[in-house]
Amino acid sequence: MTAEQIIFLIVGAVTLLSAVLVVTVRDLVHAALWLVATLFGVAIVYTLLNAGFLAVVQVVVYIGAIAILFIFAVMLTRRQTAADTGAALNKNWWAGALMSVLTFAGLAYLLQSWSGFSKQASAIPSGFDAINELGGALTSPAGYVLPFEVASVLLLAALVGAVYLAFNKK
Amino acid sequence: MNFWNDPLKVAADWLTGIFVGWGMNDIFAHVLVVFLGIFVLIMILMVIDIFLVWIERKVVARFQDRIGPNRLGPYGLIQPFADIIKLMIKEDTTPDGADKVVYNLAPMLSMMSVLILWAVVPLAPVMLGVDLNAGVLFIIAAGSIGTLSIIMAGWSSNNKFSVIGAFRQVAVMISFEVPMLAVMLIPTIFSGSMGMNTIIQSQNIWYVFLSPLAALIFIIAAIAELGRAPFDLAEGESELVSGYNIEYSGMKFGMFYAGELLHAFTFGGFWGILFFGGYRFFGLEQVSPFLAIAIILFKALLGYWIIMWVKYTVMRIRIDQMLAFNWKFLTPVAFVLVMVTALMNAILRDAGSWLYVSGMMLSNVVVAWVSLEVVRAAGKKQRVQVEGVKQAAEAHH
Amino acid sequence: MNEWLYIGLFFLVGLIIPIGAIGIAWILGPKKPNPIKQSTYECGIEPIGEGWVQFKAQYYIFALVFLVFDVETVFLFPWAVRLGQLGFFAVVEGIVFILILIAGLVYTWRKGMLEWV
Repeated sequence: MTAEQIIFLIVGAVTLLSAVLVVTVRDLVHAALWLVATLFGVAIVYTLLNAGFLAVVQVVVYIGAIAILFIFAVMLTRRQTAADTGAALNKNWWAGALMSVLTFAGLAYLLQSWSGFSKQASAIPSGFDAINELGGALTSPAGYVLPFEVASVLLLAALVGAVYLAFNKK
Repeated sequence: MNFWNDPLKVAADWLTGIFVGWGMNDIFAHVLVVFLGIFVLIMILMVIDIFLVWIERKVVARFQDRIGPNRLGPYGLIQPFADIIKLMIKEDTTPDGADKVVYNLAPMLSMMSVLILWAVVPLAPVMLGVDLNAGVLFIIAAGSIGTLSIIMAGWSSNNKFSVIGAFRQVAVMISFEVPMLAVMLIPTIFSGSMGMNTIIQSQNIWYVFLSPLAALIFIIAAIAELGRAPFDLAEGESELVSGYNIEYSGMKFGMFYAGELLHAFTFGGFWGILFFGGYRFFGLEQVSPFLAIAIILFKALLGYWIIMWVKYTVMRIRIDQMLAFNWKFLTPVAFVLVMVTALMNAILRDAGSWLYVSGMMLSNVVVAWVSLEVVRAAGKKQRVQVEGVKQAAEAHH
Repeated sequence: MNEWLYIGLFFLVGLIIPIGAIGIAWILGPKKPNPIKQSTYECGIEPIGEGWVQFKAQYYIFALVFLVFDVETVFLFPWAVRLGQLGFFAVVEGIVFILILIAGLVYTWRKGMLEWV
């Protein structure tokens, strides 16, 4: 086993453990903090895959913005609802468990038939600037220029939707 | 390659040789040497940090027409060490309702978020740290960990002041992150890279001359990001006492305090890197790496001095004014500036260097002037609305 | 991968040093806790209730607006890196992208969501 694989196994185990803790701890702020740990673990996995830009973006967007948004949302509620004292599982827990097992099995099945699943990734040539390539792909008409602009419209829609919801609540 | 031309490599080779001589694995020896190098760098930073306390106290004293620390040692230079000893031997109290683990983790994360910033700082042409190709975004990523540590500190103290203080501070930090990210696009456009070293290498003309407005917006956003006056909303003495770190004492408080000072110094350094050529100064950096380090530290100190100058001169503003300033002025201006810069860059790309620089600078001045005129007109309109046409006319005469 | 190993080491050392400093202070400092010392600080008044106070929804709105702009600017970074090698068309693409987002900011502004009330 190489050092990289050992690091991956440790990071993967910690990420999964904190993901489990997100849904099992009772205090909502703790859950949000465990979520941060999970997202950070995913960022480390990205770096192991040589996707440095994606890792940094993961930290900036998920930890810097989404986790903060979660904590703000939790703090907007009252503590009584935050430290929930009711049962952790309701009587439909088996349906949820079944759904997640089926989803996992389905994904595993789909990925297994995909050729990239078993293929070794080719080494990245030296001097390869991933961000530059990404910029080229995002702006070339043959590449992803339409999704790039649509992303902007999507973000606009998200903003308008959020404002609309907040405005109506008032 | 002698010691004076590339001290880092010589020292690393020498140490690796020793470790391999002890029968260590090559890769392990390399990692150990890097670990030791980082350790030494961070220890030097901590020593600088200790002196920053002295600098801060001396400078604030001068701004307020006092002398400042002058009893211990020449010019009070030993004073910060006395402060450290005081912090070391103080009792470390933990409030009753605190969430112990989160409470203790927060000051460590706060300090860490500042220290890791130095991973991407190029100190000299031969000492690059990590030349990350996403270097600019790494600053923001480290900042998000700092934001998180503040919210953790505020929440875990279980104190009303600290929770409110943390919320205000975080609102300030995330709001001003938007114009900061936007103006970071401008050096990226000029240099065609997000790596710190490439940005420095392509600054044959300092970017502050190409885009003075971007440099100004960056330093304003940096001051807000640091939570220093005039944006120190978290620590309103009369309403919130000292903000998110109110329940911290001893070394844990020291971590927040030292972290804040080092953060200000670091952002002074980033200001120097992004807009003032980093370690470059008329070719002096090629003479010796030690000179290059001296140049970048000097630029960082200069940036830090400007941050202090603003802190001790400008009055603090209310949270609504500050958020309005950010969202209604700084953010639109920053994005307009990005658009104008991209456009001018495309138009002037093939023009001569002098035309390029003057065109860029002129476009910056125009953007600044137009935005100030718009604000002035809007302010006038609002005054007219509030006071009535007649009174406004009277005030005008 | 190698450069991220350095970053990882930086994270490690960056954590070890504060832990060391706090640890040394914890060893050296006196430990004489008493209920008054450990009570929550509230300007000398007995604290009532918990530290958890309900917040204005405004904080949430600002965090939402921030999130949208954060994601947008992150999209713009690859564009900015590539810009020097691209033609006029790409510049226009980026400007359209920013303009759509500024439309969102203007909408938020007009709806009065940026007011701190």
